[in-house]
Amino acid sequence: MSEIIEQEKGKKGGKRRPKKQSTRIDMTPMVDLMCLLITFFMLTTAFSKPKVMVITMPEKKTEKEPEVKIAAWRTLNILLTGDDIVYYYAGEANPRKPPLPALIKSDFSKDGIRKVLLEKNKDLFRQITEYRDKRVSGKLLVADTTAESAIKKMKKEDMKGPIVLIKADDKAKYKDVVNIIDEMAICNIASYAVVDINTVELGMLKTAPK
Amino acid sequence: MPKIKAPVRTPHIDMTPMVDLFSVLLIFLLLTASFRPSEATVIASPNSVSEKQAPDKDIMTIIINKDGKIFFNIDNGKDSAKHTRVDVLTQMGKQYNVTFTPKQLNVFAHLASFGMPMVDFKKWLTTTDSKEKEKLQTGIPTDSVDNQPSQLFFWVRFSRLANPNAEVAIKGDGEANYKKVKLVMNLLQDNKVNKFNLVTNLEKQEVTLKDLPK
Repeated sequence: MSEIIEQEKGKKGGKRRPKKQSTRIDMTPMVDLMCLLITFFMLTTAFSKPKVMVITMPEKKTEKEPEVKIAAWRTLNILLTGDDIVYYYAGEANPRKPPLPALIKSDFSKDGIRKVLLEKNKDLFRQITEYRDKRVSGKLLVADTTAESAIKKMKKEDMKGPIVLIKADDKAKYKDVVNIIDEMAICNIASYAVVDINTVELGMLKTAPK
Repeated sequence: MPKIKAPVRTPHIDMTPMVDLFSVLLIFLLLTASFRPSEATVIASPNSVSEKQAPDKDIMTIIINKDGKIFFNIDNGKDSAKHTRVDVLTQMGKQYNVTFTPKQLNVFAHLASFGMPMVDFKKWLTTTDSKEKEKLQTGIPTDSVDNQPSQLFFWVRFSRLANPNAEVAIKGDGEANYKKVKLVMNLLQDNKVNKFNLVTNLEKQEVTLKDLPK
């Protein structure tokens, strides 16, 4: 910019000095426009991308295969029936082997079902949390993938933690199921599955404490 | 001596740095902008601690709203030479004896989620009135007619064939009935989809060793 002014000076010579004009441009309208555009973009951009929770279901059986037997003492059944209520019982409900276990009422709060799950899963939970803490504090330097597979291995080798069966009846909300699967992730439960509810359990729900 | 009058000057602020900053911001926002596509329905996703991000491309979304209505969405895929949406709709048209003009197919290629029976599909593509369009969105039927699988089944089936790499996401409203979600999951499993991505909002939950019961 300054160069142009100098050139002009040279042409006109010293005869008549041209009126010195300010080279400043009024930028206010530009700033106004930019402000508007920025606000517009800020409001329309979707910054937070949605997160997903991955759940893998076992493949549907085409023919009757013998059902997988799981140890009754490790089984924890969680029944969902809406209204933010969680019922659970340990072991199995077999009408041929009375008495039926009693349903225990709980909820999704911090002291609700989480406490039960943590109590049952404390060994594995402690193992995984200590491993993670070590990484966070810098005592242990491993790559993300290594850590992931190490945790996976811990989960696989765990033989004491509960096997959680999640069952939802027709009154349950989608939210409840997502919440309980989320609870599994929080408590580092190694094995859990979403399965169909059976008639015995439906009957137990009817007489459950409100 | 005459008094020297100080020239009256309007105070000037140098706006150049401000403009610089704004330019940078503007360019950044322009480049990162991914516009929210107009969705067919409003969904309040449940919360979870999962931090895994949903894939941008190659994703098939089944949306279940509060009232249990089902909507469907599939993107055109990473490969822009393929026209996944067009292929899927053409196949659907063949299945249900509806023929679409190239113009209608083109319109469909640039839309987002939708949810109506195939009978209303042509009407939905041609009407320009947004209120009327909304009224047509009554959800994709999930009940089987005459021993034929449901329409949703075919949407999933043809989408799987058109883009085998597409992952499946279920975007359900927290208040939606689980019965409906289970129905959708069953239908997906019939289509040999065993891995679902449940769309959730991130909500951090801190549980430390101190929380362990003694």
